[in-house]
Order: sequence, then structure tokens, then C-alpha cells
Amino acid sequence: MEFAELIKTPRADNVVLHRPFYLAVEGTLCLTGHHLIFSSRRQDNAEELWLLHSNIDSIEKRFVGSLGTIIIKCKDLRIIQLDIPGMEECLNIASSIEALSTLDSVTLMYPFFYRPMFEIVEDGWRCFLPDEEFELLSSVTDEWRLSCINKEFSVCPSYPPVVIVPKSIDDEALRKVAMFRHGSRFPVLSYYHKKNGMVMMRSSQPLTGTNGRRCKEDEKLINATLRPGKRGYIIDTRSLNVAQQARAKGGGFEQEVHYPQWRRIHKCIERFNILQESLIKLVEACNDQSHNMDRWLSKLEASNWLTHVKEILTAACLAAQCIDREGASVLVHGTEGTDSTLQVTSLAQIILDPRCRTIRGFESLVVREWLQAGHPFQQRCAQSAYSNSKQKWEAPVFLLFLDCVWQILRQFPCSFEFNEQFLIMLFEHAYASQFGTFLGNNENERSKLKLPQKTMSLWSWVNRSEELSKFQNPLFEANSLVIWPSVAPQSLQLWEGVFLRWNRPSKFLDEAHEEMINIIKYNKELQAKVNALRRQLAQLQTVDRMQENLRHTQLGIVSSLGSSSVSKLHTVLAEAGTLTSTQLCG
Amino acid sequence: MEHIRTTKVEQVKLLDRFSTSNKSLMGTLYLTATHLLFIDSSQRETWILHHHIAAVEKLPLTTSGCPLVIQCKNFRIVHFVVPRERDCHDIYNSLLQLSRTAKYEELYAFSYNPKQNESEQVKGWQLIDLAEEYKRMGVPNANWQLSDANRDYKICETYPRELYVPRTASKPIIVGSSKFRSKGRFPVLSYYHKNKEAAICRCSQPLSGFSARCLEDEHMLQAISKANPSNRYMYVMDTRPKLNAMANRAAGKGYENEDNYSNIRFQFVGIENIHVMRSSLQKLLEVSGTKGLSVNDFLSGLENSGWLRHIKAVLDAAVFLVKAIAVESASVLVHCSDGWDRTSQVCSLGALLLDSYYRTIKGFMVLIEKDWISFGHKFSDRCCQLDGDPKEVSPVFTQFLESVWNLTEQFPQAFEYNEAFLLQIHEHVHSCQFGNFLGNCQKEREELKLKEKTYSLWPFLLDEQKKYRNPLYNANFSPELTLLEPNTVSFNFKFWRNMYHQFDRSMHPRQCVFNLIMNMSEQNKQLEEDIKELEAKIKQRNGQSSAVLVKEHQQSAHPAPVALKTPPSFQKEQPLIPVNDAVRTIEGSNTADNRYSEFVAEFSKAEPAVVSLEYGVARMTC
Repeated sequence: MEFAELIKTPRADNVVLHRPFYLAVEGTLCLTGHHLIFSSRRQDNAEELWLLHSNIDSIEKRFVGSLGTIIIKCKDLRIIQLDIPGMEECLNIASSIEALSTLDSVTLMYPFFYRPMFEIVEDGWRCFLPDEEFELLSSVTDEWRLSCINKEFSVCPSYPPVVIVPKSIDDEALRKVAMFRHGSRFPVLSYYHKKNGMVMMRSSQPLTGTNGRRCKEDEKLINATLRPGKRGYIIDTRSLNVAQQARAKGGGFEQEVHYPQWRRIHKCIERFNILQESLIKLVEACNDQSHNMDRWLSKLEASNWLTHVKEILTAACLAAQCIDREGASVLVHGTEGTDSTLQVTSLAQIILDPRCRTIRGFESLVVREWLQAGHPFQQRCAQSAYSNSKQKWEAPVFLLFLDCVWQILRQFPCSFEFNEQFLIMLFEHAYASQFGTFLGNNENERSKLKLPQKTMSLWSWVNRSEELSKFQNPLFEANSLVIWPSVAPQSLQLWEGVFLRWNRPSKFLDEAHEEMINIIKYNKELQAKVNALRRQLAQLQTVDRMQENLRHTQLGIVSSLGSSSVSKLHTVLAEAGTLTSTQLCG
Repeated sequence: MEHIRTTKVEQVKLLDRFSTSNKSLMGTLYLTATHLLFIDSSQRETWILHHHIAAVEKLPLTTSGCPLVIQCKNFRIVHFVVPRERDCHDIYNSLLQLSRTAKYEELYAFSYNPKQNESEQVKGWQLIDLAEEYKRMGVPNANWQLSDANRDYKICETYPRELYVPRTASKPIIVGSSKFRSKGRFPVLSYYHKNKEAAICRCSQPLSGFSARCLEDEHMLQAISKANPSNRYMYVMDTRPKLNAMANRAAGKGYENEDNYSNIRFQFVGIENIHVMRSSLQKLLEVSGTKGLSVNDFLSGLENSGWLRHIKAVLDAAVFLVKAIAVESASVLVHCSDGWDRTSQVCSLGALLLDSYYRTIKGFMVLIEKDWISFGHKFSDRCCQLDGDPKEVSPVFTQFLESVWNLTEQFPQAFEYNEAFLLQIHEHVHSCQFGNFLGNCQKEREELKLKEKTYSLWPFLLDEQKKYRNPLYNANFSPELTLLEPNTVSFNFKFWRNMYHQFDRSMHPRQCVFNLIMNMSEQNKQLEEDIKELEAKIKQRNGQSSAVLVKEHQQSAHPAPVALKTPPSFQKEQPLIPVNDAVRTIEGSNTADNRYSEFVAEFSKAEPAVVSLEYGVARMTC
């Protein structure tokens, strides 16, 4: 298929662009296969807007006489309006945008066409490989092994080819366990807590069904992670009710009789359309400036967004607490183990592991716990808050995770190497990107699409120093402690950087932030300068002292020699090797 | 002292306010003439001033002792458990007596001695000079003059002696107008905008009833509009909801009839009265004090309390006023019922938005002295300084501070002062430790001889202004418009956690960027000085042996001389001034401080069938 077929009118002149808090600009609109490009021709302030078609969530058109208006709502929550003269042109452009923003084939997406303009220092597709992770692990424990059981994605289609499992469990047993778990997602290692050797594993629900099926290998597998005489915790991200209902469909939960060494705790984290609706409601509330206070608060409440944030954070804190404070191992799962499970396991690591609070560590976490762990990004992020189609599989699971990270970042602003912009950038790229990183639903699909060969990795771009500097937190000071966030409603806040980003002028806040960075930078400069001056002074003092010594010696020699020729003396001393001549010259 | 029967109780437990598992600290409770003091086993002290106590409550006896709950006006809530009921009862009775003072002379300010000598005390009181402030605004001038009508408080007891009025308003007009205004509070100047030649004036409601009119009052308003050469009409803002104003007519009060006053534009702005505000705050505190609060209960509680709606109404009114002056150059007369609550809020916030001086530390003190203290905001009644009518208590001033805080959040660089400054002022409005806020009006303050017997708060705040400085402050913040135009869309208003949970440490961010920047900014000044000093030293040395330095500079390009290759041992690179440790340490990095943790204590017990977790959200089945 040629994109040209979809573009009925590639260009329109005298188009007016409206954005909130900016003056309207007139310019030319161009459509290409992957971008909507608007360029103003005003000399004084020529500007261009490039919008990826895949970033467009929904499009509306209106007509007043022959003037058409298109309202474009983006997945990053921005809304722009284009006034296009001429009804036919407007209709053509609208239908082209609609077609181009809803291409059904992944291989037609922009990442397959994007050619980077930057030099690739490090190929992001080769970073964060499981082998490296395992190497780190084996330096502290030998109780685990790397299993290649899923090499051809034959055992579990949503798992990566290699996974980390207890050493005592062989591949044969793993196959049996896979049969007992939803989508074959058998328990694998998610995190090893160096401090006390406790672990966090994740899986999907066990297929116990109504008649309480059991699987000895499954029991053996998870028991293998327990210390003798110790108990573990199973955190089920569903309410007890939901878990019980799942039995009717063949799913279920670990029965106490078969898992006597495990305590099960149910936490209720919502999923799918409930989350999607929550996002839609929240964004709707944020976009309406006319709400009075009562209406705003009741809409914010009705969206339930912050409730979800609190639930997820609470579950993650609980998992972290079991590991760090109780000294117990933890297994986390919900139904499929691809959504709420990953929210909990990844957030728990941010709380527990300082490495995850660095930029590279966080990237590695996203790769391990989201991409490789098989979070179906393509399904979940197909549409954002303005979607009309209510597909069952769309859900802002990853955005909620990022929101939770932001909440922790706000409470521990010096403990993260990255800043809020980094999280916002990940949110944008998860929904629409020139990079292939978030395409596909799991490693299996990604390898079939040959993404590493055909597209560029987001990490190749981000990890260049030019880009990194934008995402660094100037306040960062490595903090090796476990960080426990507050989950009280008074401590949680609406993530303004995402949800109010396009709804209010941010000039004053941005300037203040800049000033803050200046103070920090200035502080570093001053420190450096003071140190340099001190060093200089110290050198002078040393020289002085030597001269002092010299004078003493001089006096001694002078008295013995009865001569006052200092230059002679210098030579004598230099020859004696106590000092170099450079130092004494002059 | 006669109220104190027990001065010390040991083995007292201080419960964590939000803990669901009765986490507590053990310690000793001391009762002094002015404070209640709790020292826990790790020697941390909690001081509670008796005047700060809003309510003391004795709860039913429990197995571990007798619970005593103390609510403070600065929103601290402490929950003690006293082992013996007798002790608890004694303390309870003592606190009841001590926290309710019948006479001004018994307030802390009259016994507080900060070791200042008399001249310092006098100087302290002279720090804020309102005559100076009016001069700064540009009055008296061709159109405005100082009136001596109220020099002996004869016309209005609750106004200050010095009042500024239009030159054309003669004494008979003033007298006539004052008779037509509630409590004699006739229209006077609150703020004069030099560039626009427009004025903010304030007064109380007219005694218009259904049809009464007063020519002098009409002349008075005309004089105000004529005093503004750039615009002939003026706005009259009634800050009350229309319904309330109309109801007042039945009592012979009311609002201006536009037909009787020429060239006025009348506007209601709908801020609720003190009783609504009091109960709104009550509801807010009930919600925020709930144990195991869910997000939705919090948000719906916040909504039902109406608190943020009221804050928004106050700021909206100020924005309306500012637009009239800045955009239309029109003068504005502001009133409510008596003109000392809502009127003070709107006038002072309006001036704060118009004039960057009030956004400095000193300027903010002046603003409070002018629009709140001198114009007779009834601090004593509103803050319940004496044991009085509980229906007179209302958080009007707190709302003003909260509005200012909201502005500081929107304009982080526009204010010289920070949140701590606002909180400290709030603290002292209720502490009765300084004389400034005692009493209800200037006349009363003079009678109490506060300037001789007590100290002024302002010099103390100025002395420690380092703590109250906003490191991001930019004095030239948007110089083209000293005017602030806040955005009052609802989502800009946030719950002020640092005010209402000031003492609940577990709720705050564990690392505070603001303090860090503040310290850094202070440190930068120190470093700048260090650099000067070091440079001077180096220069001096060079003077002594200039030759050496020349060499020194040349050397930088050469390999270091042998003798210097070993670094001087006496000065290594070191952090110059240790950044305040308290800022860097992660407070409460402890599961026990958070509510998701409480189940663990229960875990270790014998197996419960169902363990309810924090907030009762999570249920564990075994």
C-alpha cells in the first residue's frame, strides 16, 4: 500500500492553527505518510509543528460556511485546532489524517521508516540483555539459573527466550508448571534483594479451576525460594472475590492446603476498561476550565484515578515491606500477570533498589519488567484518553505505573537520577514514537517483526549525552536506602506535568524551575572555584614554607660561608636535589 | 499558677495520630505556666503553648490508661494516654483553665520577655510606620488628604486614628456618612495606585434598609470617584452573596442603591460569612483528620467542606478588584457587613496583586498592619484569644494566608517570602506571644498599652528572615507588569498540606527541594565570600612574593614540581560547608511511618483469620 493513496490533499494554504495559551498562527499544512506538518510563514517567528499521525487519538470536524475546522486530540493529551478554508480540502485532510492515524499494519508504522539523524553510540537493542542481568545475580547467589526453555517462544508466547528460575527446578518441571499457569506464565525471578537474599517472583494465576487442581512442580518451584522454616507471601493483585470468580473460568489462586508455607494477601488493583474509563474521565475533568470548585473536585473524585494510584502504590509498598522488613520471599500475580503484576513488581524494585532510581537502572527496569515481561504495549497503548472505540484491551497501565513513580519522585526528589521530563518522555513514546521499542506486545512479536534490525531503539537515542542532560535531576544524590513513600491521600497529587500540561500556562513555573537549576549549577561552580583557590593557596603556602626553610638553611650556610649570594645558594641546593630550579627561580 | 495541680506525669504515651495499630512514644509530660511539654524517651521535645489549645477532650478510660486529645489552633492534634485517671483529670482541668483566658493581661504576651531592653522594644514597635506607607503609595496628594476626624476615635472606634479621605470630603460629609454606615465605618482609603490614580477604599454596609438614603454618604462616594481623574465611575463591591445582603435590609442595613449614587457600578462577589467559614474549616479538619482515609473520601470531604470553594471566591473577588483598577483605572469601594473580615481579605489581596512591595517580607508585614490590624479585623474574637463567644471565631485570616500561599504556588518567583513565613505568622496570630494581634482594634490596643507592655512580632521575624526567604525570588519578576494575574481555574487550588498537616511528618515529602535550594542559596553567598577572602589572601601572598606567583601561573602549563606532586596534606578537597544534614537525611524512611505497614505487627501474632490492612482495603485470607 502506498501512503500517497491515502493522502488526497497533501497540502493546504492559509490554515490557522489554534492552541491554548498561544496566539493563533496562519501557515501551511502538509501531510506526509507519517506526519502532519504545519509551518507558519511569518518571518519574525517562523515555527513548525510536526505531529506524528500515530500520536493522533481522535479527530473531529466542523463547518461554518465554507470554513472547515478540524480538532485533533493527541495521545499525549494535547488538543489542537486547525481552520482550513474550503470544505472539500478540509474533508480530504480530515479523512486522510483519520486513515493515516489508524493504520492497522505495524510494519507501516513510522519506526520502520525513520532514519536517525544522530550518531549511534550504543545500540539500545543490545543493552539490558538478560545475560547481563543474570551475571549480576550470579555474583551474589548461585541458587538461580538461566533457562533457555522458551527459546523458540514454544513454552510461553509472552515470555522472553530466557528466564531466571530456581536452580533446583529443571526444564521438564518448568514445562509442567507452565501447563498449570494462565498463558503458561510460570513463576520466574523478578528481583533479588541483596540485603537479605529474599526474592520477588511473578507469574500468572494458577489454573486450579473449580475442583482445586494442583501441580506438585508448581509448589516445588515456589517453595524452592523459601529458606528453611520461613514463610513467603503471595500477593494476589485481585480482590478475593474476583479471584474466586476466576475459578469458574479455570483460573484461581493458590489453596492454603497445597501451599502451607505461603500467606496469600489480596489487593484490589483494577484493570482494563475500568482504568481506561478512569483516564478518560480524568482528562475530561482537567480539560474543562469552566468547572467550579465543587464540580472539579467531584469530577476528580469520580475519575478514581488517584484511587488507582494509591492502590497500586500500596500493593507495591506491601510487597517491598514483605521482602525488606519481614525478610520473606514474595510471589506476585493477578490473572494474566502482564499488567497489575508488573506494576507491583516494578514499583517494589524502585522502592527497594537504588539502582532502579538511576537512569540506566530505570531503563533496565522498563526493559525487564515491562517489555521482556510481556506487557502488551501495542494493545494497551493503541488509544489514549480521547478514544471513542471502547476496545477491551486498551488501558493506561503503563501510564499509571509512571504516575506512581512520579509520586515517589515527588516525595524523594533527591533520590532519583532522572527528572519528571524523563517519565513524561516515556509516556509519550509508549503511545507514539519514531522508535521501535514499544511496538509489539511481547518479545515474540518483536522478534517476528525484526524490530532490532528494522527499527531504532529508544535507548539508542536517549542514552546520548545531548539527550540525557535534559532528563537528569540536578538534585540527585545516590541514596542507598529503601525509600518508603506515603500513600495517604493528602500526600498524593494530580500529575500536573501530564494532565494539566496543555491546560495552563507554565511560564512562571518553568522559569522558577530554571532558576532552581541555576542556583544548583552556580553552587557547583562556586564549590569548584573555592577548591581551586584553596589548592592554589596551599601551593603558595608550601612554596612559602620551603622558602622559609630555605631562608633558615641560607642563614646557616650564609653564616658559615659568610657570603650573601643567593643565586649561588640556589645552585647549591638545586644540585643537592632538594628543590628544582624552576621553583626557586626569580 | 493556681490552675496547675500536677506539673509532671511520667509514663505518658503519645499516640501516632494516623496509626491504626496504636503506635506510640513513651515519655514524660510537664505542665508549665505557659506550655505543655512532652519529652519522649529519645529526648525529643514537643512544646504546646496553652494559648494554642483550641480544645481538650478526655476520652473514655481504656485498659492502657486515660486518653487525652488536644487540638491546637495551629492544627496540631496530639493524643496522649495518661496511665492514671487522676493525673489525666488534673491535667485536663488545668488545660481547660489555662487555655481559656478571661483577661488580656493574662495572655502570654504580657509575661513574655525576650531580653530586649526598652529602647529595642520601642524601636521594634516603630518598625512598621503606616504614615510612611501611605507616603510610599503617594498620599497625601492633590486629591487625597489625611483626615483628623477620627483622631480621638470619636467617629469610629474600630478605625485607626489616621485616615485618608478625598480632599473634597469635608468633615460634615464624613460625619454624615459614618452615621449611615454600620459601626460608623465610613469609606476611607486602603490603597492608592499611583500610576492609575485609582484607589481601593473600604467601609461597612450602608444603613439603607429598604429605602433610606443619606446625602452625605452619596457625596462621600462621589468625592471618591472625583478623586480619580482618570475615570469618572467607580465600582462598589459588596463582597457578600446577594441573598445575605438583601436579608440585611430587613435589619435596616443593606447595600447601595445604584439609583441614588451617581456613577457607581455595583457588584456582588459572594464570599460567605464567618459562620459558614468556621463550619467549613471544621468539616475540612474532620476529613483530613480521619484515620485510614481513602482518596475518594478525601476528595468528596474536601468538596463537601467547601473550603477550597471559599478560597477561590476570595481570590476571584481580589482579581475582580484588580481588573477594575489595572484595566479600567477605576476606583473601587469594597465592603461587606461590618467591613472587617471579607473586606480586609479582598482589599489586602487586591493590593498584593497590584503592588510588588507587598510581596516582600517587610511589605507583607506592612500590609497586615494596614489592612488587618489597623482597620480593626477582630483578631481577638476571630482567633478566640480570650474566652469569648465561640460564634465569633472564624478562620478569616487563615484564608487570607492560604490565598497568598496559592499565589506563591502559581508565581514561585514573585514573592520574597516563603511558606514558612506564612506559617510562622499564622502561628503567632494565635500564640498571643506578641502584642501585634491582641485585641480587636487599635483603640483597644492603646488602652492595653501593648507598646509598653508587650513586644512586636515583626523585628523577630526580620531578625530570622533568612528562614523566610524564598531562594527563587526575583525582585525584577516580570518588571513590565508588577501586577500579578492569577489563574483561578479550580484545578489551581490545592489542599494546603503544610498548613493542615504541618505536624504530621509522615505525610510530607521526605526530602524537601525547597529547603535544599534555600540552603544552597545561603551557601552560595558564603562561598562568594570565601572566594573573595581566598583571592585576597592569594593576592596578599603574591604581594609578599609576587615573583613566586608569576612562576605559579606559568607552572600550570608545566608538569608540577617534584615537591608538589605529593598533595599538601593539610587541605584536601572537602565539602566546604556541610549542607544541613537535616535536609539531606531521609526522614521517616521507615515503613512504620506509613500506613501500608501496620499489618505487619499483626502478622507476627498468632494467625488471624482475616487481617484488615491499613485503611481496611486489603484483606488477607489465610
